[in-house]
Amino acid sequence: MNKSLWYFAAAVTLAAAMMSCGGKGSQPSETAAPAANTAGKPVDSATAGTVTGSIKLDGTPPKPRNINMAAEPNCAKAHTTPVQTEDVVPGDGGTLQNVIVYLKGDFSQYSFPPATSPVTIDQKGCQYHPHVLALETGEPLSVVNSDQTTHNIHPVPKDNREWNESQPPGAQPIMQTFARPEVAIPVKCNVHPWMKAYIGVFNNPYFEVTGKDGSFTIKNVPPGTYTVTAWHEAYGTSDQMVTIGPSESKSVTITFKATSAASD
Amino acid sequence: MTTPRPNRNVHRFAVFTAACTFLLLVAGALVTSNDAGLSVPDWPLSYGSLTPPMVGGIFYEHGHRMIASFVGLLSIVLAVWLWRVESRRPPTKRWLRWLGVAALGAIIAQGLLGGLTVLFFLRPSVSSAHAILAQLFFATVASIALFTSAWWEQKTGLWLRDFRSPSIHTLVLITVAAVFVQLILGAALRHKAFGIIPHLAGAVVVTGLIFLVAGALRRRFPGVPELRLAARGLHSLIGLQLLLGAAAWWSRSYASSFPQPIAVMVALTVAHVVMGALVLVSSVLVALVCYRLVRPAGALLGSVEPRPSAAD
Repeated sequence: MNKSLWYFAAAVTLAAAMMSCGGKGSQPSETAAPAANTAGKPVDSATAGTVTGSIKLDGTPPKPRNINMAAEPNCAKAHTTPVQTEDVVPGDGGTLQNVIVYLKGDFSQYSFPPATSPVTIDQKGCQYHPHVLALETGEPLSVVNSDQTTHNIHPVPKDNREWNESQPPGAQPIMQTFARPEVAIPVKCNVHPWMKAYIGVFNNPYFEVTGKDGSFTIKNVPPGTYTVTAWHEAYGTSDQMVTIGPSESKSVTITFKATSAASD
Repeated sequence: MTTPRPNRNVHRFAVFTAACTFLLLVAGALVTSNDAGLSVPDWPLSYGSLTPPMVGGIFYEHGHRMIASFVGLLSIVLAVWLWRVESRRPPTKRWLRWLGVAALGAIIAQGLLGGLTVLFFLRPSVSSAHAILAQLFFATVASIALFTSAWWEQKTGLWLRDFRSPSIHTLVLITVAAVFVQLILGAALRHKAFGIIPHLAGAVVVTGLIFLVAGALRRRFPGVPELRLAARGLHSLIGLQLLLGAAAWWSRSYASSFPQPIAVMVALTVAHVVMGALVLVSSVLVALVCYRLVRPAGALLGSVEPRPSAAD
């Protein structure tokens, strides 16, 4: 064998060795930011108020589309009726579900106890349950797979660390946290491209996701002036100012127009 | 000393490798169009094994990896085979050995880039580089198939003349470069690095150049079957590619309101991607054929002249 052929064989071996050096599917974990402000004073519950209200939808919502799960029998057999998209889900009485409502204001003087109980997102019937959820920075997110098929869970954040993990049937829940506030992080399963969810992350406890009746209640709010912001995946954000006096309860109604597909 | 005859089996194997590479391009395009690029979160294994459950997006992503591994194996065999066969040729022909090594290096780099697309969550620059190198590898293997063909060996006796300016050599080289840039713009659009405008501008330039080259081939070399065929082929491919491009764009707009990739969008975008690869490979092969058959005017004394040697 001539010398050049030896060099060639060495190059191929080196290249093969390089190819075999793989990595995991997620980035190295970042240093977690403080879960919440713990340096300030606790909110005085004796003077704290409440912001309540509802999110309305003005106009005719778009017709949901049927999801085709035929390519994945394990998903299809979990449903007896057609599964539909959840990007716009009207609530009772002209309200809107799956809206993250949160307060924007100066909470720097307050401390909040760290949220330690996990918030769960379940993959069931090849859909995310719930479709929209919210949690605090550092609060554990528990990802459960109740399906008889493999999923990958892939949040696509802008401000937090991106990760992508697989979860076969019967696997233990995946526990993750988010270090920075972000509204809202899209979550997808690339195995089943129709699966989409959104996660709102906050560094205070003043948020809620609207349910069937489109209402929200944000308790233990210190007196002050705040912006109530509502975020929806199809309609973007809408704001309203509110001033809470000591032990006061204020009601806010925010209306999204069904025709305006804002993308904030 | 007699020159050994070209090894037909190497040529057949190179053609087979090029065909498998085309299949690999189809598989890769299917991954992107089905949004399945991250359905397998780990690399180089898939779900920690070589045989993951082939469901949903995993079917496309792991299928792509399996075909890529097969093409990688073919490239190793091709490189070793070329090295052995071409080492017995005159020194001036031995460059072909290194082209086989270059192809092998390209497919190894391509495998690494593929892994990086997973590890970096489809970063546009990495995904675009992966798409571009795929096209370069395809063009390299197709060129090897041409260089090892009997036709390439036989066309050693006569030069065609080209007195026109710009020379056909200049025209085909500019066209190959323009098609390659256009593929970069297309890959960048597909992987969300650029918008559509640069790709549309590139389409206008490439279409103009291909019409120029095809017209020049027809007018300057009307009696040469290979070049007549090349002109027809280039015309057909660019026409089809323009139609596919428009259809792919329409299908993407139409599919945007669906909760998942739909068949018509997947079929049209994949067809547009692989047709782009065929346009590049065709333009490269036409350029090589032009260099094989035509000599620049300044180097000619008459209409035809014997080639200085078969081993140029």
